Amino acid sequence: MSDVKFTEEHEWVALDGDIGTVGITDYAQDQLGDVVYVELPAVGAEFTKGEQAAVVESVKAASEIYAPVSGAVVEVNPALSDNPALVNESAMTDGWFFKLRIQEPSEFDELMDETAYATFVEDLD
Amino acid sequence: MRYLPLTETDRAAMLNAIGVSSIDDLFDDVPESARLERLIDLPLHAGEMEVERDLAAMASRNTAAGSVPSFLGAGAYRHHIPATVDHLIQRSEFLTSYTPYQPEVSQGTLQYLFEFQTQVATITGMDVANASMYDGATSCAEAVLMACRVTKRHGAILSGGLHPHYSDVTRTMTRFGGFDVQVQPPDLNGDETLESSIAGTTACVVVQYPSCFGHISDLRPLAAACHQAGALLIVVVTEIVALGALTAPGDLGADIVVGEGQSLGNALNFGGPYLGLFAARNEHVRQMPGRLCGETTDVEGRRGYVLTLSTREQHIRREKATSNICTNSGLCALAFCIHLSLLGGEGFARLAKLNHGNAVLLAEQLSDIPAVEIVNDTFFNEFTVRLPQPAAAVVRALAAKKILAGVPVSRLFPGVASVDNLLLVATTECTVQGSRDALVAGLRGELQ
Repeated sequence: MSDVKFTEEHEWVALDGDIGTVGITDYAQDQLGDVVYVELPAVGAEFTKGEQAAVVESVKAASEIYAPVSGAVVEVNPALSDNPALVNESAMTDGWFFKLRIQEPSEFDELMDETAYATFVEDLD
Repeated sequence: MRYLPLTETDRAAMLNAIGVSSIDDLFDDVPESARLERLIDLPLHAGEMEVERDLAAMASRNTAAGSVPSFLGAGAYRHHIPATVDHLIQRSEFLTSYTPYQPEVSQGTLQYLFEFQTQVATITGMDVANASMYDGATSCAEAVLMACRVTKRHGAILSGGLHPHYSDVTRTMTRFGGFDVQVQPPDLNGDETLESSIAGTTACVVVQYPSCFGHISDLRPLAAACHQAGALLIVVVTEIVALGALTAPGDLGADIVVGEGQSLGNALNFGGPYLGLFAARNEHVRQMPGRLCGETTDVEGRRGYVLTLSTREQHIRREKATSNICTNSGLCALAFCIHLSLLGGEGFARLAKLNHGNAVLLAEQLSDIPAVEIVNDTFFNEFTVRLPQPAAAVVRALAAKKILAGVPVSRLFPGVASVDNLLLVATTECTVQGSRDALVAGLRGELQ
């Protein structure tokens, strides 16, 4: 089981070795409503932590997705182009956005764990 | 509701709150030289009859293109507009409505926009067109910005055959965005080699078809060179009637086609309002500017229209929007749509042939004048001629004789001495034999 961490922008990142899989949280997909399009980064693109990496578009809004940690994109989720609703159906699993080869493990360690994120979301409502 | 103007005390309180002492202080940022010292010299009031008389006298000092032999073009063309167009667009449902902000209640507006988009996509040979922009020049600038978003690059190469007003507007709109816009020197006959200027930072190459000198190039090699370098080819069409005769830019490899739609349904109107056309390939639709109308079905399965992909637009996407345009040239688009519907596909092709035929006849007549040289090898309804003397003076002299001989190229490229003797002449289906004869006789008289 890989280690999962969360950001205040409602991204999750699951770390497996030096590969971080990034998606948006269940809370985020619920706030967005029906997702109709996901603009993914190019494989090979490099991002520093906090840089805009993708865009998720729902019927009512479009939101930027930021790289939760620095790294280079090694894979994007091909299923999202045909079926963006995967983000709504399984935000935390099949609805992942892209995978990064991370550069700074310490950036990952600084993110919120599941309990801290749950508290963070609770405080928002 | 009663109109309650502000009191001096209200004004003083507001000025005090923002820290200025007088309303004039708010205009400090406007350079002194651009500010009016006093009111414009106009009578404070006048009777209706008097106003009518004065304005009619003023209007009679104009030489209207429709009242004399006219060969004016260079991006604005006088075509015949069927009476049906004006009759229909004056219905108040059309005439008074603005771009729909609560769109789905305006099904009629959405339907004509959808038809308009379909027409634009069809004649340009592209997948998708938007509900229109302000004019051809702003469409051109928006296309450059879109190409930069799509390619994530910042360089644009503008052909020397692009109308210089389009280059100017593009430079203005890209000025503070960190873009690198290179404008090539005037290119009379499609001799420039844009391929060699394409670099790894080039987002797009912008060419005009036909060029502002009237030349028509096969754009396929350029399209191939652009695509090989990962850049987009933007094709600008300022005389949309040309697409009734020429291969559609989409079939030549264009990635974005923009243009001026005034020629269909819209009068010269002193230069505006005009109609910006914007069409692109499906794969780039989310980077398009402007409003997009889509067809769908309602819960009962009936056909309906919506404004679609609005998440690109600034009322939803805020500062991340693809453009700050949140409107369209609705009435001009409607006039275009009605005119093109009346013509139909065959009629559009016939109209284009008539235009070209008249230009061929004019070229033949002009080439009989020894002092006049036809510059173009190819043209549609407009071409460039070289005179033995500066064209601007010849045009002025003929205008005094009520012949609008065309546009001196020096007006388009001020300060470029090599174009001084060049004259752009345009014909349309409105150009009759008598007009051509008048121009030929006029030129023979003016040229030694």
